[in-house]
Amino acid sequence: MIEVTALTKRYGSLTVLDSVDFAVQAGEIAAVVGPSGAGKSTLARCINLLEKPTSGSILVDGKDLTRLSRRELRSARRAIGTVFQSASLLQRLTAAENVELPMRYLDISHSERVARVRELLDRVGMLHRANHYPSQLSGGQQQRIGLARGLALKPSVLLADEPTSGLDPQTTASILKLLAQLRDELRVAVVLITHEMDVVRNVADSVARLHEGRIIERGSVAEVVRSSDSELARALLPLPPGSAREHQAGVWQLRYERPDVDPAWLTSVGRELDTDISVLAGLIETIDDGGAAGRVTVRVERPLAAAEVRAAFASRGIHATQGGVPAMQGGIPRAGEVEPEEPHRALVRSAA
Amino acid sequence: MILATATPWSGVSSLLLPALGQTAAMVGIVMSIVVALGLPLGLLIFNTSPRGLTPHTTVHASISWIANLGRSLPFLVLMATVIPFTQLVVNTTIGIKAAIIPMSLAGIPFFARLVENAIREIPRTRLDVGIASGASVLQVIRTIQLTEALPGIVAGLSLNVIAMIEYSAIAGAIGAGGLGYLAVNYGYEQFDSHIMISCIVVLVLIVQIVQFGGDRIVRSLTH
Repeated sequence: MIEVTALTKRYGSLTVLDSVDFAVQAGEIAAVVGPSGAGKSTLARCINLLEKPTSGSILVDGKDLTRLSRRELRSARRAIGTVFQSASLLQRLTAAENVELPMRYLDISHSERVARVRELLDRVGMLHRANHYPSQLSGGQQQRIGLARGLALKPSVLLADEPTSGLDPQTTASILKLLAQLRDELRVAVVLITHEMDVVRNVADSVARLHEGRIIERGSVAEVVRSSDSELARALLPLPPGSAREHQAGVWQLRYERPDVDPAWLTSVGRELDTDISVLAGLIETIDDGGAAGRVTVRVERPLAAAEVRAAFASRGIHATQGGVPAMQGGIPRAGEVEPEEPHRALVRSAA
Repeated sequence: MILATATPWSGVSSLLLPALGQTAAMVGIVMSIVVALGLPLGLLIFNTSPRGLTPHTTVHASISWIANLGRSLPFLVLMATVIPFTQLVVNTTIGIKAAIIPMSLAGIPFFARLVENAIREIPRTRLDVGIASGASVLQVIRTIQLTEALPGIVAGLSLNVIAMIEYSAIAGAIGAGGLGYLAVNYGYEQFDSHIMISCIVVLVLIVQIVQFGGDRIVRSLTH
């Protein structure tokens, strides 16, 4: 596991990371999200010690990496495997040679290296491409090799820095599936740095939102999308722009509060309230815990008391708010485009 | 009649072949020195830069300045400027030995810049892979910087060889021998058109061969 405490990084008078705390357990994928410029890449470079933090500690398996000498650090680094953005494979080495590279830096015998490379390539489903050069592989295949390389030294922490950037949605999904599989089989703690909300929703167990160098919101993914209307929650489950933003009569915003919401709620609520209900916009997905998460905009066609409507939805595990989509300047941010916000909206939540 | 003084075609090769040999020797010796000193210099310039393995502003600025100095003078001026130094090192100011010093002084910074550029072309994440995997500075240089930049370095090498062939011709002016000397002394000063034409043809051929061969090697190194 990895535990980051009060991590601060300053370049001169510029504070890029301001007392960042988080911990990731073995077998957990923790996503760190935020817009570009929030400090994500600096955080990644501090975690694998490519940059020395100004202050704070990074504990991996109980050892504080920030206090090590250059020499000690070299060997301690192997506890953290890094998967970089795609295109980080050495172009003049084959897939197998790329995976072998980190082992060549240590005194690992040739036969042991060969065996481990085979095992890793097999694990990521790339054994049949062992002798291909990166230029002969697709982006997704290259990233599988990148994952295998990150795991070469049997790290207890895997740092994935924008591992799906530049990949198409289908390839992204297959890489994320592999990442989840590696988490479960190898019980590795994964720090997933990304700006893609779909990625977080699909694979992360917990999520922390980085804004201007500080973590301003965090929690398990399920908890965030089901129990709040915060900026992060709305970025994770966005409604398409242009959906009933104005306050029309009878417009309600619904949010699934429980994983086991009955999918037939539309009919059953309509029947109970004796009204038609029009769906104006919505996004309902199964998230990583297997339950549903959703955000739907509806219009209740018959004039009814607000309390009555709210109660009807609440009894089905759906939180209902009257009115249009809560104002977010410039519309709803699409995945990866969470906009900077005024401080008063910065809602700080802590993990339960 | 000017053309009457031209060496008969049958006699051209007896002048041309030794000159070719001298050019080859000069360029060969100079290129060995250039690679031996220019490669480490290029690595030093890159690795003391902010993106390098051991950034050091002062060291970087000073080496960079010296390397630019070597490249800022036209070769003829450089050759004249370093005469005292040439005298000191090889104890003569004429001939092949004397030409090697200014040629190396011009070639080393040129090659160093080409090496630096070739490494700078490598994306940052690829350079970071080594450090993040626990490699030492020398391991990163050997397994990543030099390996990944090899095609670029070889391309620079052929560029450098061609520049050195050109410089060797200029060095003909201080009696360094070689094709340039032959072209200037026989072709230009004695209006020997046969020698002039032969020298031009051979020089054009050599440059084409070096460039073609270099490109072929670069292609075979690029995957």
